Amino acid sequence: MAKSQSVALERKKLMADPVMVTTIVLLITFLALFILYPLAILLVDSFIGNNGLTFDVFKRVLDMPTFRKAITNTLNVGILVGILSTLIGLLFAYVEVYVKVGKGVGGLFKMVSMLPVVSPPFVLSLSVIMLFGKAGLITRFLLGIYDNSVYGFWGIVVVQTLTFFPVCYMMLRGLLKNIDPSLEEAARDMGASRFRVFINVTLPLLLPGLGNAFLVTFIESIADFANPMIIGGSYDTLATTIYLQITGAYDKVGAAAMAVVLLSITLLMFAVQKYYLEAKTAATLTGKASRGRMLIEDRSVTVPLKAMCALAATFVILMYICVPIGALFPTWGYKFTPLTFKWFNLVFTRYHGFVAFRDSFLLSLVSAPITALLSMIISYIVVKKRFSTKGFIEAVSMLAMAVPGTVLGVGYIRGFSGGVFHTGFLQGIYGTALILIIVFVVRSLPTGTRSGISALRQIDKSIEESAYDMGADSFRVFMTVTLPLIKDSFLSGLVTAFVRSITAISAIILLVTPQFLLITVQINEFAEKGAFSVACAFATILILITYSSVLLMNLFIKHFGTSKQIKESLNNG
Amino acid sequence: MGKIKKGVRLEHISKIYKDPKTGKDFYAVKDASLTIEPGSFVTLLGPSGCGKTTTLRMIAGFESPDEGEIYLGDQPINALTPNKRDTAMVFQSYALLPHYNVFDNVAYGLKLRKIQKEELHRRVMDILALVELDGMESRMTHQLSGGQQQRVALARALVIEPSVLLFDEPLSNLDAKLRVSMRTEIRRIQQEVGITAIYVTHDQSEAMAISDDIIIMNKGIITQKGTPQEIYYHPNSEFVADFIGEANFLNGVAVEIKDDFALLQVEGNPIKVAVQAGMEIGREYSLVLRPESGNLIDKGGLPCKVVLSCFMGSYQNYHVLVGKTLVKLTVHNPKNRRIYQEGESCGLAFGPDDIHILL
Repeated sequence: MAKSQSVALERKKLMADPVMVTTIVLLITFLALFILYPLAILLVDSFIGNNGLTFDVFKRVLDMPTFRKAITNTLNVGILVGILSTLIGLLFAYVEVYVKVGKGVGGLFKMVSMLPVVSPPFVLSLSVIMLFGKAGLITRFLLGIYDNSVYGFWGIVVVQTLTFFPVCYMMLRGLLKNIDPSLEEAARDMGASRFRVFINVTLPLLLPGLGNAFLVTFIESIADFANPMIIGGSYDTLATTIYLQITGAYDKVGAAAMAVVLLSITLLMFAVQKYYLEAKTAATLTGKASRGRMLIEDRSVTVPLKAMCALAATFVILMYICVPIGALFPTWGYKFTPLTFKWFNLVFTRYHGFVAFRDSFLLSLVSAPITALLSMIISYIVVKKRFSTKGFIEAVSMLAMAVPGTVLGVGYIRGFSGGVFHTGFLQGIYGTALILIIVFVVRSLPTGTRSGISALRQIDKSIEESAYDMGADSFRVFMTVTLPLIKDSFLSGLVTAFVRSITAISAIILLVTPQFLLITVQINEFAEKGAFSVACAFATILILITYSSVLLMNLFIKHFGTSKQIKESLNNG
Repeated sequence: MGKIKKGVRLEHISKIYKDPKTGKDFYAVKDASLTIEPGSFVTLLGPSGCGKTTTLRMIAGFESPDEGEIYLGDQPINALTPNKRDTAMVFQSYALLPHYNVFDNVAYGLKLRKIQKEELHRRVMDILALVELDGMESRMTHQLSGGQQQRVALARALVIEPSVLLFDEPLSNLDAKLRVSMRTEIRRIQQEVGITAIYVTHDQSEAMAISDDIIIMNKGIITQKGTPQEIYYHPNSEFVADFIGEANFLNGVAVEIKDDFALLQVEGNPIKVAVQAGMEIGREYSLVLRPESGNLIDKGGLPCKVVLSCFMGSYQNYHVLVGKTLVKLTVHNPKNRRIYQEGESCGLAFGPDDIHILL
C-alpha cells in the first residue's frame, strides 16, 4: 500500500497556502537559530578543539574539584527540594480537594498558588536572609541568636521548596480532582479506614503524578540561578558555577562544557517526565470525576491537616510581606523606626531606578506580545495542522522547557558574540536590545505554548474546518475563528510572558550589557553587596508592577474575554 | 439559483490509514468509483467505520485520497484545498462559530467572497427565511435549540450557493422526533434549491426517506448502489439485505427452472419462486424473505414450528423454525386474525415474488 499520492496532495495543498508556508519557514528558522543552534554550539565548543574531536575540555572541567562539588551539591539540593515540594504540594492539594474548608482558607490557597507567578525569583531568598540571617528579625531580635547562618545548603533548600511547592500543589490538585470518588467510596464501603484508603487507593493512583511533580521541581531546582546566587554563599550549584566560570574566570569554553553537563541532566529528567510519567499519569487517571466528592468533616483529620497548611501558608505570606516592609525600615537589623521612604527615594535618585524600570518594562512589553502570538501560532500548528516538519516544531518548543536559563545564556554568548558559527553573521545583534528580547521570548515560549495547546485541544476541530470549508484560508481561519476562541488563553499568555520577562534573570544576567539596566540584575547586585533595603525597594516595586498586570488581566478577561456560555458550548461540542 | 448544477465523480478512490493499535496500514476506502448526477440526493450508508465519512471528507478536501481522482463536474479537484472547492458541508456537531450570532454565522462565507453589503444582507435574510429562522438573526448560537442550530448550519452552507452540499450525519445529535421532521425539511429544501447533495448516515430509515439513491458501504468498499426500493427488494448480498431492514435467509437448491418460475428445495420442501436470469439447476442459493412478506397458515406452505409469539400492538411478532432455520415474521393488523401460539405447528406461506434470490 502506498500513501505517496496523499502525501503529495497534502504537500500541494500546503503549498497553495503561502501565508502558512511562510509562517512555518520563519518559525522553523527562529526555533533552529535561537533554541537549537545555541545548544549545538555548546556541544561544538566543548567537544571540538583545534585538532578535531576531543574530550580535553571535559577532562579539564571534571578535574576541577569545585565543579565536581557543584554537581553533587546541585543534585543533593534538587532531590531534597523535589521531595519536600511534592510533599507540601500534596498536603495543600489534598486539603483543598478532600477536606471541607472555609472561604478564608480557600482564599489563602489561591494566594499561595499565585505568589510564585507574580514574584521575582529571589524574593524569598531576600526575606529568609532578613528574617533568619545574622541580623535576622526572628533569629536575632526574637530569639537572640547572633551567629545564625542561613547561607548554604539549607538556605537554598528552604527557599526553593517555598518557591516551587505551589507548582506541585497545582499539578496534584488537578490530578486529585480527576480521581473518581466512587473508587475510594468502594474501598471505604468494604471496611477500609480513611488512612488505608489513602494508602491503598489514592496514593497508588497518584504515584505517577507524584513522580511527575518531583521531576518538574527537580528540574526547576537544578536550573535555578537566582536563589543559590543570593543565599548559596560558598555553596555553589551548577548554575552559579557556570556563571562564575564566565564572569569570574573568563573561561567561556569551560563554561560551555559545564553547561552541557547541566543540560544533559535536565534533558534526561525532562525526557523521563515527558515520555514516561506523563503517559502513565494519563493512563491511570483518565475519567472525569463522575460526581462531587463527600468532603471529610471529621475534625481529628481536618484540624491537623488544616493547621499544617495554615502554618505553611502563613509562613510563605510572612516571607513575602517581609520584602516591602524591609524596604521601609531605616536600617535593617539595626534601626526599625520610624518607617521611611528613603530607600525608595534612593532607588530613583542615586541608583537610576527610573532607567532600570523603563528598560525592564519596555523590553518585557515588547517581548510579551511576540511571545504570546508566537506560542498561539505554534499551538495552532501543533494541534490543527498536519505536515512533516510539525514534529520538529513541537519538539523544539518543548525542548526549550528543559533548558536552564544559564545554559541558554552561555549558548547565546558562545553562539552570537562572534556571529553564527563564529563567522560574524548576525554578530550585530549581540549586546543589543534585540537579543535580550529574543531571550525573553525563548524563555517564556514553552509556558505559553503549553497553555495554548491545552486551550486549542478543547475546541472541536470541525469548527475550524467549517470556516475553512466556507472559503477561508488558514490565515483567516486563525484570525477570525481560532484567536477569538482562545482569547483568554492569549491574554493570560500575554501577561505571563510579560511577568516572566520582567522577573527573568538567569539567562539575561549573562547577556545584559551596561547600556541596559534591568531591575532583576539590580536586585541581584544590591543583594550581593548586602544592601538589602535597596534590593527590597526594587523588589517591592517590581512585585507591584507584576501584581497589577495580573489584576489588570483578570479584569480584562472578565469583561472582554470569551463568555462563559461560549466556553460551555465549546466543551459540549 | 442560476448556477449550472454539477455532479460528482469518484474514480477508483482509495484512502489508506494506519491502525493506531497495530501500526499496520489498512484501506479505509478501497477502489470506490461512483457517479453522482447533478441535482440528485445521494446517501452514503453503512455501519460505523465503513469509510462513508472518509469518502465525504475526501470530497470536501479535508482528506487526500491515496489512489484515484475526484471530479466536481468535469474538473479534477484532488489538489484543491477545502476553501477552494465549490462544496459546502453541514457538520455532525453543527460547528457553528460560537463567537458570532446567527446572522454573522450565515454571512461568514459571503463576507469571504466580498459580497456587497446590501446583497449580502438580502441573501442572508432570504436563506434564513428558507430554513424558517427569520427573526432569529441576532441570537447567539448557544441560545438556539439543537434543531435551530442545525438550520443555521444548513443556511450557512446554502447561502454560498455551492455546487454540492455535503452532510456528515447532520441529524445524529437530535432527538428521534426532531430527526424525522428535520429530514423531511432537508429534503424539501434540497428539492426547492435543486442542489446536488451527498449525505452520510448510518440510519437506514433516514437514508430511505431522504434519498434518490443510496450507496451502501462496508469495510471501505461500495457494495451496492440503487434507489431505496432497489436496495430493499433486490439486495445484492447478505450484508446489504441484513443491513437494510430485517431479513431472513433460507437456503434452497434449484431443482427445476421454467420460463416464469423456478422450483427450489428448502429444508426438504419444494417452493415456487420467480425465476431470475443466470440460475442453474443443482446450485444452492441464499433466499431473502422480509419479515412482513411471510404469513402463517394452517395448511400448506413450508412446514414450521412457532417458538415465539408476541403481541406488539400494530403487529404480531413470530419466530418460527423451518427445519433448523429461524425465521422472524411480523404479521400486521393481527386483530381479526388467527394467532398462533408457541409450540404450534403450521405452514409458512409467501408468494413467488416475495422471495429474493442472492445470485
